[in-house]
Amino acid sequence: MLELFKPYTEELVKIVILLALISLAIAYLTWLERKVIGHIQSRLGPMRVGWHGLLQPIADGIKFIIKEDIIPAKADRFGFILAPLLAFIPAFIVFALIPFDGPQAFTVGGKTYSGYVADVDIALLFVMAITSICVLGLIVGGWASNSKYPLLGALRSVAQLVSYEIPMGLSVMGVVLMAGSLSLVRIVQAQERLGWWFFLPQLVGFVIYFICGVAETNRNPFDLPEAEAELVGGYHTEYSGFRFALFFLAEYANMITISAVAATLFLGGWLMPFPSLLAPYLSWVPGIVWFSLKVFAFLFLYLWFRGTFPRYRFDQLMGIMWKILLPVAIANILVTAGVMLYLNR
Amino acid sequence: MSNTAPPAAATAPILKEDVMVLNMGPQHPSTHGVLRVILKLDGEKIVDLDCDIGYLHRGIEKIAENRSYTGAAPYMDRLDYIAAVSNNLAYVGAVEKLAGVQVPPKAQHVRVILTELTRIASHLLWLGTHAMDIGALTVFLYCFREREDILNILEMTTGARLTTNAFRVGGLAADIPDGFVEKTRAFCDLIGGRIDEYEGLLSANRIWLSRTRGIGVINAGDAVAIGLSGPSLRGSGVKWDLRKAQPYEAYSKFEFDIPTGANGDTYDRYLVRLEEMRQAKRIILQALDGMPEGDFRAKVPRVLKPPAGEVYHSIEAPKGELGFYLVSDGSANPYRVRIKGPSFFNLQAMRRLCIGHFVADVVAIIGTLDIVLGEIDR
Repeated sequence: MLELFKPYTEELVKIVILLALISLAIAYLTWLERKVIGHIQSRLGPMRVGWHGLLQPIADGIKFIIKEDIIPAKADRFGFILAPLLAFIPAFIVFALIPFDGPQAFTVGGKTYSGYVADVDIALLFVMAITSICVLGLIVGGWASNSKYPLLGALRSVAQLVSYEIPMGLSVMGVVLMAGSLSLVRIVQAQERLGWWFFLPQLVGFVIYFICGVAETNRNPFDLPEAEAELVGGYHTEYSGFRFALFFLAEYANMITISAVAATLFLGGWLMPFPSLLAPYLSWVPGIVWFSLKVFAFLFLYLWFRGTFPRYRFDQLMGIMWKILLPVAIANILVTAGVMLYLNR
Repeated sequence: MSNTAPPAAATAPILKEDVMVLNMGPQHPSTHGVLRVILKLDGEKIVDLDCDIGYLHRGIEKIAENRSYTGAAPYMDRLDYIAAVSNNLAYVGAVEKLAGVQVPPKAQHVRVILTELTRIASHLLWLGTHAMDIGALTVFLYCFREREDILNILEMTTGARLTTNAFRVGGLAADIPDGFVEKTRAFCDLIGGRIDEYEGLLSANRIWLSRTRGIGVINAGDAVAIGLSGPSLRGSGVKWDLRKAQPYEAYSKFEFDIPTGANGDTYDRYLVRLEEMRQAKRIILQALDGMPEGDFRAKVPRVLKPPAGEVYHSIEAPKGELGFYLVSDGSANPYRVRIKGPSFFNLQAMRRLCIGHFVADVVAIIGTLDIVLGEIDR
């Protein structure tokens, strides 16, 4: 049996490390969110558990696990149990394809290893496909709860997430056109060759991608599916304990995914900024640090949004998507394709 | 309506369409208390709605009949508990009118200062919760930060923060404490900039505009017909403020403007309330500058027995016209206390404002009407 896994030792070890790191990152993203928003709102955020509340995510995790697991009597048991998993698992799968570092990231015992689990030719397509599965979790959860508020929340999320997939998919097409590949590793390498990160030539696509990304992850100002003021808790109103935590973690995992993909596609992934200027001094910094910094910048933007913006109304949200983002994204593809044609004449 | 209506068979729906009844409240994060709204929804659109009230009924009017005139006063703080001082002022004012008590000028000034501070506090709480309902969490905490200062001033003056029982028949319970003037002045210096800060977060924000402009529109005629009062009425452009229309206490001495809106929508009511906070600050500063010397309380008998008769006294509370109708039979207890609370009347506009809007707008409209259930249910 073990023989069967032998050729995949490298991948398996990386997956284990990745799972641990991502879980930790998600846990501390919740802490960071509470801290950042706390300071925006002239509060301190968590301060009691550990130094500046650093152990708060662990305390929260323990609380979620030991809470009573309630399944409403009228709920559809199968769907109710399935839904959080449907939301949670795809959110983690995606990380297998994110290049945290380049092909020659680190050397252990004379052998060089890459900074990602897998480099697939259709990586970008795969990432977008898998992230859309999360929507199923929300629908199933809202439907299986057999309650009105979750149903409304689920309906909203279906409409919202499915619609925002479209401009999101279109917004990255410009990058694909410029890089000539769907592989995330090769997209970063294309940026290295070009000398420009893609956010400059693809500024329109970049902005659209991030707006859609915020909508995809149900975050402010597009957090309608779980708009607390109107829908109590949205699709997860009936969920509690660890099942709720799974939804919650999936949302944060998706935030990291969106940020990581944005960093890869538009901000040059593991590449160093201003290489001609900084390379003599900072070439010892591993690529994963640059990558993490870029992801962090996006995550901070997410939190900043939450601390600042009110919430859009459902019809307005759809209006922005169909009337503004979609046409602009299509125009962006056409312009990019035209310019590429002209340059490659 | 039209002569060219298609035959009935063509319009018969293939799929059965049904309205969904959604029960919002009484336990709901944004019904501002224990209001129950029964929504009939077509998708997310509101076809009809019904407000169910009474979850907070405590029989305050009846309780007051079994208390002395002074003993009933603390109960009135429990009406609009967000602006307890205003309730107290209206009730005490009604009793003074009934008993013919003259309040010394110093007490009048302090009363104006405290009620205007309460107006700011009430509007701050309104702004915070209204913004939170629309998703802007940060404004809520900023507003509570400033409200805290007002509560501290109330605490040093009356000894309590929420249900203050601030005034007595004939004046105040005690003279103003040391440091009151300085602290109030410091707050006035602060609040102007802070209101600008809230405006910076909301007034020009595209999302805020799209969530409040054209939402819950009511024209001046309808607003008057329904009986709206306070900022909800002035948002529709009706320049009616009891502080100007029938001045009580020392209001005739002070200069201030009555802000009005033009479109009668949620955004206009928002602007009106923000401007009212600035005007309240202006009034407080004038009252502090012109603070007269002298007694803080008129001579009032320990057991108050007003002559038989009836009186109606109303003030401009933060939420609108708050009136007390008192009937005396000459004994130490009031024969009847009838409370006209602004929230109850403002709530009547709910159905009209909401129909045709979305579920998300219901919370915005509840917010813009600025209701408080303690006063509706009494």
